[in-house]
Amino acid sequence: MNAPTETAGSGAGTGRRRFEMRLSVAQRGILVAIAIFAVMFMAYAWKQPGPLTANIVNTASNKGALLALVAMAQTLPVLVGGLDLSVGAIFVLANCLASTVVVGNPVSTTFGILAVLLVGLLCGTINGAIIVYGRLQPLIVTLAMGAVYFGISLALRPQPGGSVNFELADFMTNSTLAVPHSAILLLLVVLFIWIPYRRSVLGRAAYAIGSAEQAAYMSGVPIERAKILAFALSGLLAAIGGLLLTAITYSGAAKLSIANDYTLNSIGAVVIGGTSLFGGVGSAIGSIFGAFVMRTVGDLLIVFDINPVLQPLFVGIVLLVAVCMGSLRVLRIKNKLDLYR
Amino acid sequence: MSGITKHYGGVRALENVHFEANRGTIHALLGENGAGKSTLIKVLSGVVQPDSGTIELDGQAVEFANPTEANDAGIACIFQELSLLPDLTVADNIGITRPPKRFGLIDYRAQRRLAEEALARVGGEGIHPSTTVRELSLSRRQMVEIAKALARNPKILILDEATSALTAADVEKVFVMLHKLREEGMAIIYISHRMHEIAELADVCTVYRNGQKVETFKAGTKSDNAIVEMMIGREYESVFPPKTDKKLEAAPALKVRGFSWQNELDGIDLDIRPGEIVGLGGLDGQGQRQLLLGLFGTLIGATGSVEIDGKPVKLSSPKRAKSDEIGMALIPEDRKNEGLMLPMTVRENLSFASIEQISRAGVVNLKAEEAAIDEMIDLLKIRSDGIDGPVGALSGGNQQKVVIGKWLMTRPRIILLNDPTRGIDVGTKQEIYQLLQRLASEGAAILFYSTDYDELIGCCDRVLVMYGGTIVRTLAGDQLTETNLVSAALNLPAGTDETALAARAREVAT
Repeated sequence: MNAPTETAGSGAGTGRRRFEMRLSVAQRGILVAIAIFAVMFMAYAWKQPGPLTANIVNTASNKGALLALVAMAQTLPVLVGGLDLSVGAIFVLANCLASTVVVGNPVSTTFGILAVLLVGLLCGTINGAIIVYGRLQPLIVTLAMGAVYFGISLALRPQPGGSVNFELADFMTNSTLAVPHSAILLLLVVLFIWIPYRRSVLGRAAYAIGSAEQAAYMSGVPIERAKILAFALSGLLAAIGGLLLTAITYSGAAKLSIANDYTLNSIGAVVIGGTSLFGGVGSAIGSIFGAFVMRTVGDLLIVFDINPVLQPLFVGIVLLVAVCMGSLRVLRIKNKLDLYR
Repeated sequence: MSGITKHYGGVRALENVHFEANRGTIHALLGENGAGKSTLIKVLSGVVQPDSGTIELDGQAVEFANPTEANDAGIACIFQELSLLPDLTVADNIGITRPPKRFGLIDYRAQRRLAEEALARVGGEGIHPSTTVRELSLSRRQMVEIAKALARNPKILILDEATSALTAADVEKVFVMLHKLREEGMAIIYISHRMHEIAELADVCTVYRNGQKVETFKAGTKSDNAIVEMMIGREYESVFPPKTDKKLEAAPALKVRGFSWQNELDGIDLDIRPGEIVGLGGLDGQGQRQLLLGLFGTLIGATGSVEIDGKPVKLSSPKRAKSDEIGMALIPEDRKNEGLMLPMTVRENLSFASIEQISRAGVVNLKAEEAAIDEMIDLLKIRSDGIDGPVGALSGGNQQKVVIGKWLMTRPRIILLNDPTRGIDVGTKQEIYQLLQRLASEGAAILFYSTDYDELIGCCDRVLVMYGGTIVRTLAGDQLTETNLVSAALNLPAGTDETALAARAREVAT
């Protein structure tokens, strides 16, 4: 065989590889979440009385986007191999702060938004710094810091109340040509935070840390910075969620039930979205759909005329089913040892 | 076992293989990785089921659906990868398959007695049954593993690379034990890549290649070279590429003076010139690993001076060590924990160490990344059908190539290798040797630790032999022989004859 044929051969090999479309574990996870959401949403659209108006879609999007932002915030710590129990508290803290500072003329509103985002970023950075420099478990650090952040929320807003720039709030929660602005917000977050992060050195390092922290360290990549950044961005995303909550409710409330509910549901959404709780595998995009799946359960109960009190029961069942679909891979496993990996 | 055939997908792992092991003999299985030895053992121990073929035990046909059934039939298997539970005690681990019970609860006293007896049998009296396994060294853990297998009183004992993690002293104890078990009439099946162990231990040898049996013969009737030729199916001479004559007048690329750490490294001096391959020899655990880790900046409190190209540098972390100024790379020993991120793709693993070089302002340049990866895959001949899949799905040899490729992508000037060919088939080893020669000829300075003497002799320009944390001798040229390596490793004066060597080896062992 002469040299040119050989080159052609290897070129064909590369081409085949590209066209084959082999999905990674994370991509499969996202598809599963999208499929479940699509089925649930179609059932909802079909069963619901009257036509599907822009208004209904908008309300669903607003509710889903809240959990989606907190779930994205949860995804980053999970990817580096931890769990963040403070995302709900940062979400509530941002809400309480926003109900105090995001008011008045456009200038003071802008500074208010920046302040809320900065506080979120700061909370996350503190979490990350304690975890990295204290060499502590993320679970326990964020449990403690979550309590601290919630305490600060209470101090800011002992009673529910406060206000917000109404024009901004209405703009954030409305829709244009049937496209909900909250969905656009999610898209912007994906485009300007998630995708750049995924393509950055520190983003790649976050996946490596979740896969094998020793190997990541031995590769001479700044793993401490990568870990802190993952938690910092998590705080930022939770704060964006808190802003949206303020826009929806026109007020702030330091309620422990909200913080806990969002924290726990965010873990569910992350898992439905195909992210591994062991770290290193997954995507924040999956978490968005995971969040929408969990939120659609409530709407389905209403249209199917089931007592809404039973919502936790059905959310639990959906979570289990989704996790089971994720583990369908075991049917393809040929070596029994791989089951325990 | 007769007519055993096993296919994985389209890959033939075993083809119509017959195998017999008799009571009171030690039967060695030889062959490259992927030759079918491990599959044969897995079939025998019930881990996988054969596509066809039968197994007879004492003349009776048997079938094992899972490892427990094989265990109950008296087949105990010790694998290379430890199956111990690190946070349980030694006694818990030994008793785990069938713990002694009283009133339905585990009888801890009986379990401890059982553990003590089993440990005494393998010569591990020094191991306390109530220490947790995590606190033991790798070698001691392996001893516990062997004791665990023996505690089940097997009729057939299988050791799959079970000695590769043992220190010389423990190997000696295990050999004494195996000889005793043979006298007691046990059938022992032994897999090892260490030829000298097989020569010392085996009664019968069988060589496999590509899933088929090549030959069964009595131990001692064939030379090592003849056996290796049977294993690889080609001439042995071609394993090591010829050494090139080098002009070594250049100033050292790496110059180390008085390098010390804790009481494990004591005043190491070494110079490596560009283009030179320097070996680290000696018994396992004499500080070679620590030296490599120390140079790479992971040891806290290491003292001494290090100069790169004549400039003093401080090695404080792997990040620092791989910087442009130093240009160092370390191929670590523990592929699965320190070398690779197993769930990530081959591509992501390959580019990870050099990711900052192919990024601008912290953002990865995907085009540059792809080009660099493709180049490396071609260079190393990594099997390309799985490069978008997780690296954990590749064979050990290909995984090791990925680790090496990952570091070559940083374009290092100084390459440290920590036993890079352990558990790798001969074909891949050969590719690695050729690669090292080529890197050296392109001007890299290479420091190469290996537990395999042949490799040190075949690859290195010089070998520094370590003993007790210091370099006791430097061997080069005609001096670089197996006898000299062994005598230096045992810290004997040069020119010691073979009988004195053997005596000293026994002394060290006890």
